[in-house]
Amino acid sequence: MSATAITFANVSRFYGEVLGINKVNLSIPPGITSLVGPNGSGKTTLMNLMTGLIHPTQGEITVLGISPSHPEQLGRVVGYCAQFDSCPKGLTGYQFIYWFLRMHGFGHQECDQKANAALERVSMTAAAGRPVGAYSKGMRQRVKLAQAIAHDPQVLVLDEPLNGLDPMARAETIALFREWGQNGRHVIVSSHILHEVDSISDQVILLSQGYVVAEGEIQGVRSEVKEQPMQILVRCNDPGGLAARLFQQDHMVEAKISRDRKGLLLRTTDADSFYLLLNRVILESGLEVESIAPADDDVNSVYQYLIGGEGGTL
Amino acid sequence: MQLWIRQITAVLRLEMKKTFLSKRGWWIYCLAAGPVLITLLHWMFEARVRGANNHRLGDDSIVFAALFQFFYLRATIFFGCMGIFSNLFRGEMLEKTLHYYYLTPMRRELLVAGKYLAGLSVALVLFVGSTAAAFLTLGRHFGPAWTDYLYHGPGLSQLGSYVLVAALGCIGYGAVFLMCGLFFRNPMIPAAVVFVWENLNPFLPSLLKKISVIYYLRSLCPVEVPVPPPFSVMVIDADPTPAWIAVFGLLALSLLLLTYTALSARQTEINYGE
Repeated sequence: MSATAITFANVSRFYGEVLGINKVNLSIPPGITSLVGPNGSGKTTLMNLMTGLIHPTQGEITVLGISPSHPEQLGRVVGYCAQFDSCPKGLTGYQFIYWFLRMHGFGHQECDQKANAALERVSMTAAAGRPVGAYSKGMRQRVKLAQAIAHDPQVLVLDEPLNGLDPMARAETIALFREWGQNGRHVIVSSHILHEVDSISDQVILLSQGYVVAEGEIQGVRSEVKEQPMQILVRCNDPGGLAARLFQQDHMVEAKISRDRKGLLLRTTDADSFYLLLNRVILESGLEVESIAPADDDVNSVYQYLIGGEGGTL
Repeated sequence: MQLWIRQITAVLRLEMKKTFLSKRGWWIYCLAAGPVLITLLHWMFEARVRGANNHRLGDDSIVFAALFQFFYLRATIFFGCMGIFSNLFRGEMLEKTLHYYYLTPMRRELLVAGKYLAGLSVALVLFVGSTAAAFLTLGRHFGPAWTDYLYHGPGLSQLGSYVLVAALGCIGYGAVFLMCGLFFRNPMIPAAVVFVWENLNPFLPSLLKKISVIYYLRSLCPVEVPVPPPFSVMVIDADPTPAWIAVFGLLALSLLLLTYTALSARQTEINYGE
């Protein structure tokens, strides 16, 4: 049991005979952690388990050392923006946040101040007095987020939080996640928008059919997928010449020249040897290199490799 | 103020804000207003059309007793409490909003208590208020005789008994239907079973009679309603229950059901059926 991590110890959850998640062992450190996987992979089950909305069939979960079976303690450290697009009827955005803060036991002034601060944080101050039922989907999403962060939780769990948000709100929301993650809090995000998850995550948990197929920092997870050659994109003035030099090496598997004749996509089974060789080629041939970047260490590619696809972002 | 009191108060106030006089409860307000409307019509009809001398005050007393036992207890309070209390959890499930409550740092037992008190407040206002209003309106056409009946006769005592029975009905049926709303996906099914059981009560053997809410409530009613033939031959008389046993028995039964509901709430999960 760790007082600084979210831990799953051999946790399984079945819905009748249907598998939710099976034998999950995890230790999630502070920072932004993304849960990635297709529908039915177990992302929401994992989130509902760590917030105590459902109970494990077997195994043990702790959130900063607290068992989710103790909502009176867990609710103080966890904020959850669930996927359900619903808010209590008959309340304004402000009342929605205010009244659930009152259930934490805060006094009127504190609830008022926290509710207003949370609404301001998601740029919903102007609409705070309007009924939630009259909000657009994006506004409901933002007010739900405000409700989740209003009590300043240490752990923020967000199920598809970018759904329905316009680009501006999406950027603001991602900035909020980053800020919370950098403050040493836990931000657990599930999303289908993989490139956005990729850009903000400190670590990822890849799920498939109820199993955790990989976890950790994305580059680390990628480097562990040994059977898939690394893809590296080099943009330079002579991609054809570079390809010819590199193909003298055994670890080179494939090379593709881009349509603009300025880029070379390489696949290699030994990235370290490749980078050493590339340095030598540049020094010897005077090649002008514009950029060198891995092309498949993003979440999408790694996920595709792990569940049997081809990966790659080009 | 202690934390648990603040939390229960917050649930109570939020529920009152959300549910009291909300549009979706229109049929419950109609149920509560119905008997008052009937007695108002009776008053107006008797006073203005027929005059006050065509029947005795005692007749109205029996009419009200029948109205109370057969309409208030078996329909208004029963179905009204079903509508109010079974929706406290089930309604949140249907609207997919129960998880907001479950995510707050409060014991589920307190949540159950807060919701029950909110439902009880609404039910008491509606049904006790309706009972009192209907009783006070019924005999108005007798003029000073009615005032005399109220203040110098058994009127106020009867009113007190009816109010007590209505309140106990809300407490008892409230506890039953709160439990149904938490445990059953469709609370109508257990409600139908309870309804049949409660209405079969007069025809049940003495021992079985006592396993119902209506038995204790009826034994507290101040005026006996004669059962007309042919039903009178089917009714099985049971020993009358002393008032204190009826009151404390019902309170104890309600407390037992609430305790079970509250303890079970710790194990309930959010399952919106998706």
